[in-house]
Amino acid sequence: MATTEAPRGSIRRRSSSFFFRHPKTRRGLTLAAPLTWMLVVYLASLLLLLANAFWRVDSLTSSVVRDWGWRNFDTVFSGNWRTAFLERTYYLISLHTVVMAALVTIADIVFAFPIAFFAARVASPRARSAIMIAVVIPLWANYLVRVFAWKAMLEGGGPAEAFLHAIGLTDVSLTGTTLAMWFTYCYLWLPYAILPIYASLERVPDSLIDASGDLGAHTGTTFRRVVLPLAIPGIVAGSIFTFSLTLGDYIVPQLVGKGSFFGNAISSLYVSNPPLAATIALLPLIVVFVYLALARRTGAFEAL
Amino acid sequence: MTKAVRLLSLAAVMGLVAIACSNNSSTSTSAGGGTSGGAPASIGPGEGHLSLVAWAGYTEDSWVKPFEQDTGCKVDVKYGTDSADMVNLMTQGGGTLYDGVSASGDASNRLIAGGDVAPIDISMFPEYANVMPSLQNPAHNTVNGVHYGVPYMWGPNFLLYNTDVVKPAPDSWGSVFDANSPYAGKVTAYNSPIYIADAALYLKATQPDLGITDPYELTSDQLDAAVNLLKTQYGLIGKYWGVYTDEIKGFDSGDMVIGTAWPVNQQYIELDNKVPVESVVPKEGVTGWADTWMMSSHAPDPNCMMMWMQYTLQPDVQTQVAEFYGATPSNTKSCPQLNKDLGKAADIYHCGDDAYLASIALWKTPQADCGNGSSDCMDYSAWTEKWLEIQSGA
Repeated sequence: MATTEAPRGSIRRRSSSFFFRHPKTRRGLTLAAPLTWMLVVYLASLLLLLANAFWRVDSLTSSVVRDWGWRNFDTVFSGNWRTAFLERTYYLISLHTVVMAALVTIADIVFAFPIAFFAARVASPRARSAIMIAVVIPLWANYLVRVFAWKAMLEGGGPAEAFLHAIGLTDVSLTGTTLAMWFTYCYLWLPYAILPIYASLERVPDSLIDASGDLGAHTGTTFRRVVLPLAIPGIVAGSIFTFSLTLGDYIVPQLVGKGSFFGNAISSLYVSNPPLAATIALLPLIVVFVYLALARRTGAFEAL
Repeated sequence: MTKAVRLLSLAAVMGLVAIACSNNSSTSTSAGGGTSGGAPASIGPGEGHLSLVAWAGYTEDSWVKPFEQDTGCKVDVKYGTDSADMVNLMTQGGGTLYDGVSASGDASNRLIAGGDVAPIDISMFPEYANVMPSLQNPAHNTVNGVHYGVPYMWGPNFLLYNTDVVKPAPDSWGSVFDANSPYAGKVTAYNSPIYIADAALYLKATQPDLGITDPYELTSDQLDAAVNLLKTQYGLIGKYWGVYTDEIKGFDSGDMVIGTAWPVNQQYIELDNKVPVESVVPKEGVTGWADTWMMSSHAPDPNCMMMWMQYTLQPDVQTQVAEFYGATPSNTKSCPQLNKDLGKAADIYHCGDDAYLASIALWKTPQADCGNGSSDCMDYSAWTEKWLEIQSGA
């Protein structure tokens, strides 16, 4: 096959040798498009959001008036140390959201670890791929469909109620309860916990486990001192997903639960008071920053 | 990239996901104020297209299709979930996205004040003369003698209950506010700040000491009293309803047995025929709504919108809407047909009954200016923050 050598002095030839001689320009042009996207779309909208927090809304027309002030921050951050320096309403919303996110994260890690461990270290290659497909398949279904499925299961007239009646709990209803939200979240984010843990467990070399055994460690000791420490980055990476996904969700409280999480407060205020909504939107940002700062110390980002 | 940069960008992306999930972002423009230009004095040829923001149930095929055939205006409808959503939709894109809106009283004054809706000349609407006298110049769509739109339907937020479960039949809103309610966990309420008015209306009757005269004009103390009542109610609520279908599903499944409702909700629950329901106007009175078709001041299809306003004022169209939706027409010429079609069942409509309409505390936007010279009332943004406080489970 003849090589398609461009003639000397053609545009193609000249530009290719130009980029060869100027690697920095080459790198710059390659990265220009994605970086512009990141800067303009992500950072600019984030800054606009921050700017919004300093504006106020005309109470009658609910249109945004651009005069600067700290009034929204005064509204939200008016508490003492007992309420994390937040006004009581926003403190309670933050507390409920963060506690829910933490409970979902703990449960998902507990459920995910055995599944990931079995798939990565015990199962035959065939069983392993079957398990991983079963884990991933729900992610292909629409998120709303999965939430509505749980709504149908948990609300009146559904299987959950039938089960409770069967075991004699006739006056217990799951509709609109925190427990119902917890079930739904645990189900929704479980695959996001399984996958990183699976990835980290799969990377543990067999030789390390053999070595541990050769040195006289029991199965339990090997698990505790060798496997688990190596899986920690994967566990933390999974927990970042489950935690931050719960923190940002506002559909589940609306459809399955009752009351207000961060997302509900933001979405309900967004239409009537965008500047206050923008101020509240900083709360999950702060929480996620703190969480990521803690997660970073465990080396979870090297596992990403 | 350094670790710090990676960490920062990861956090930024996650934060944005949280924010972006909560709503599509667009910043509203600053307040316009006042009205733009005079009302159009004639209707030109149709633009062939009309986009509306409406309450679900207000634009059904059975009366929209004939309109499309008559005028050639193809109708697109975006359903607003609540009044705040409707105001938001009408101001998006500088008000050029939608031609008109079926605004309730808690949206209409905000749209007028923002200059988002256009004045109209009622002499172009021959049927306007047949509108109930109390809806010809109501404060919710007529400001300083200038009309902004034509009246459509009105109705109450009455008390709906499952007759199998709720015995004896309730006659007071106390049944949804009482901390010892036997229906705890199965009570429902409307998930919107405007629902605070329902609590205020109940307190107006039951705690005269508070001195509430108008449930939409509350001083700080009066608002706090209503909010405390609603915080008690929060513990009784199984689920709130925001979209009318939420309540229909809730009653059908048995998760809700008593709570505030619109007539259309009752209609659908009766059609589903899963649970027996009955509605009542409690002795403390009811809040309600009177809706107006309003035209955007930047409407892309003003002629089609004017034709739509003319069409929806027709008595036969209003009768159709009323029978489907369960609301009451504003055009008194609709009443004979409605009464004939429904017989005894038409009684609850109170068609053409100005006295009954006057007894309903119609939705309006809470403002700082109470109308009595003092301006110590709590405005809508205060109501919104209080509603969030209730929803935080405080």
